[in-house]
Amino acid sequence: MSKLLSELENILRKNRDLVRVIVRKINDYWFSYMKETGVDHLKIMDFCGTHEWTITHYGIRSLLPRGVELVAGPGCPVCVTPSYYVEELIRLALDGVTVYTYGDVYKLRSHRSVKGFYSLSEAHASGGNVKVVSDLLAAIKDAKLHGKPSVFAGIGFETVAPGYAQAVIKRLIPGNLKLLSLVKLTPPAMFYALEVSQEKPTEPPVKGVIAPGHVSTVTGAKAWEPVAENYGIPVVISGFEPVDVLVSIMKIMEQLVRGKPSVVIEYVRAVSYHGDVAAQSSIWRVFESVDDAWRGIGFLPKSGLRMREDYSDQDAFKEYGIRELSPVDWGYDMPSGCRCAEVVLGKAYPSQCPLFLRACTPSSPIGPCMVSAEGTCAIWAKYGSRDLLLKLSIELKGNIGGA
Amino acid sequence: MDYITLAHGAGGVEMLELLEKLIFKRVDDKLKRVEGGVGIDIADDAAAIPLPDGRYVVVSVDSYTVNPIFFPGGDIGVLAASGSINDVLMLGGKPIAMLDTIIVEEGFPVKDLEAVIESMLKVLREENVALIGGDFKVMPRGQVDKIVISTTAIGISDNPIIDKPAPGDKIFVSDYVGDHGAVILLMQMGLGRDIEEISTGMLRSDVKPLTKLMVPLLSKYRYCVNAARDPTRGGLAGVLNEWAEKNELLIYISEDKVPIREPVKRYSEMLGIDPLYLASEGVAVLSLKPECADEVVEYAKKLGFGNSRIIGEVKQTDMFKGYVAAETSIGGLRLVEPPRGEIVPRIC
Repeated sequence: MSKLLSELENILRKNRDLVRVIVRKINDYWFSYMKETGVDHLKIMDFCGTHEWTITHYGIRSLLPRGVELVAGPGCPVCVTPSYYVEELIRLALDGVTVYTYGDVYKLRSHRSVKGFYSLSEAHASGGNVKVVSDLLAAIKDAKLHGKPSVFAGIGFETVAPGYAQAVIKRLIPGNLKLLSLVKLTPPAMFYALEVSQEKPTEPPVKGVIAPGHVSTVTGAKAWEPVAENYGIPVVISGFEPVDVLVSIMKIMEQLVRGKPSVVIEYVRAVSYHGDVAAQSSIWRVFESVDDAWRGIGFLPKSGLRMREDYSDQDAFKEYGIRELSPVDWGYDMPSGCRCAEVVLGKAYPSQCPLFLRACTPSSPIGPCMVSAEGTCAIWAKYGSRDLLLKLSIELKGNIGGA
Repeated sequence: MDYITLAHGAGGVEMLELLEKLIFKRVDDKLKRVEGGVGIDIADDAAAIPLPDGRYVVVSVDSYTVNPIFFPGGDIGVLAASGSINDVLMLGGKPIAMLDTIIVEEGFPVKDLEAVIESMLKVLREENVALIGGDFKVMPRGQVDKIVISTTAIGISDNPIIDKPAPGDKIFVSDYVGDHGAVILLMQMGLGRDIEEISTGMLRSDVKPLTKLMVPLLSKYRYCVNAARDPTRGGLAGVLNEWAEKNELLIYISEDKVPIREPVKRYSEMLGIDPLYLASEGVAVLSLKPECADEVVEYAKKLGFGNSRIIGEVKQTDMFKGYVAAETSIGGLRLVEPPRGEIVPRIC
């Protein structure tokens, strides 16, 4: 097994000859695209926090032509969960309810304080009952042991929904534990991000999308068809290894040159056109889609999942009378000065935020994009911002990216 | 009000800031060291006090609180003895004596205590290091978690290594990095025994004294060594960042060349942790003059450190003072930031 893994690693993570070939191809496509269209600057949006991680961790930006920018999209569920729900969770924890949460959510700061506390970790430090778990199953196991009223903060994208749905359908969740479904759906956010990018024609436009691989295993490639159809933008569903991402960029460039935008699956080892139909049907059995608020952005139509009436006995919204946010009472809920909402939409780079690595650092994060390990700011803080790396690559080895 | 968090004890940015504020800033410069020696004026592995004969006494103190106490590859006793011995070695000292403090929780099994102490003594016997003093206390149940050991190691050096990497230097590592941190992390997550590489003994803590490497290497190549560290808390990333920052240099490593065991790589990726930040307890990182670096690698191999290699170099820079950068496995570029936050709690 070990040998197989290291062979795979050699192919997907260390194959410099292959990388050189792909990078050359990208450059070739880019030159002919520039020549044909006169465009000398464009953006490709990556959507998934894990893609942004791969891009930054492997230094992919330093390998691309200067005119091809990679921007991160709203691919961080913790970043887009409205402050209001974090506040409700803090309130529950202070009221003696055990709140189970992922590590990122634990540190997430709310916009308004709840009895002087701004995060679940602060609530925990002063006696609130908050437990960090890796998944719902861990919460189930623990809640069964103590039998006290508990809530699981169900934050995530389509990828977590099938697991939640299975647990609900099979009634694996003990009576004392309720699920607070804050699951968000990614396609509506992508459509919105593209809408926004087209409003500002002065900026280099988003001309391609690297679509999320894990989400697409559930939704199938078909979920992204509207991007190609309505916006004329090539979509490539990508795997998470550096070679996957480079091939995806190459396939986007190829489509741009050929002028035929469509949805292409690069991550063929996991994604199909129709996706995981069984998972989809279990999701829709338990959940219904609602217009949902995205932190710092506002309401997006049909972009969230809430539990259906049939399962209201397992629903934390019902059990604890948690009110839904409505477009009327949603207010801008990012910390002042923080540009996380723009970072999430690919409108700003983290390094363009006045707080980035000044007031807002990984050890004392202000905005959600710095809190979550999947947040673009946290990733840039760790592996370097684009501008800095481009300058550094010139100092170290001359202009390695080509044009 | 501010409170101490676990991140303050993780050996990263937070800890340095806190210590600066609470200790370093408040001690008069002339009391930061003994005249002619090395003290807290220089953040290094150990302190040095000059002797009338021109040599130096090298001293280091460290406390150990690792959880679990017994782990694959060692226990808190081996760790406490080796850790302080290594600190003395990394300042160029030859360890000769040790003092220890053991604080145990009421209710701790005597047989476990015996095992821990035996491991500690075994290291001292093998290293020919005398145990010249100590203290033993018991705390009421719940007031300390099982056991805390503090050790002070004392050595002698002709020429202490005050870390001063210079432009052009080659960065040397003596072995695979991150084994100790990875094992402790997996144990803390309750995964230890389920992991094949751990149960078969392939992956275990690398905790060991580095005497067999450092003493002969320094007696032959002291002139070649500009800096020496063992990458414990904060890992390789921590050591390199400290060097780069303190000396206003850029350190550029090649990720492909950094020796990391395949399971360490795989499990840390699974857990979202970069192995460059994982602790090693039996690895030396050296900054070597370029003209003799290859010879040192060959010599280290002969001494039984077969995985020794050069992983990068130190560069002069105008714009990137204090940065550590890595060429990635696909030829891209990324930064290696200083460690922040709590990567793995209670590893040493």
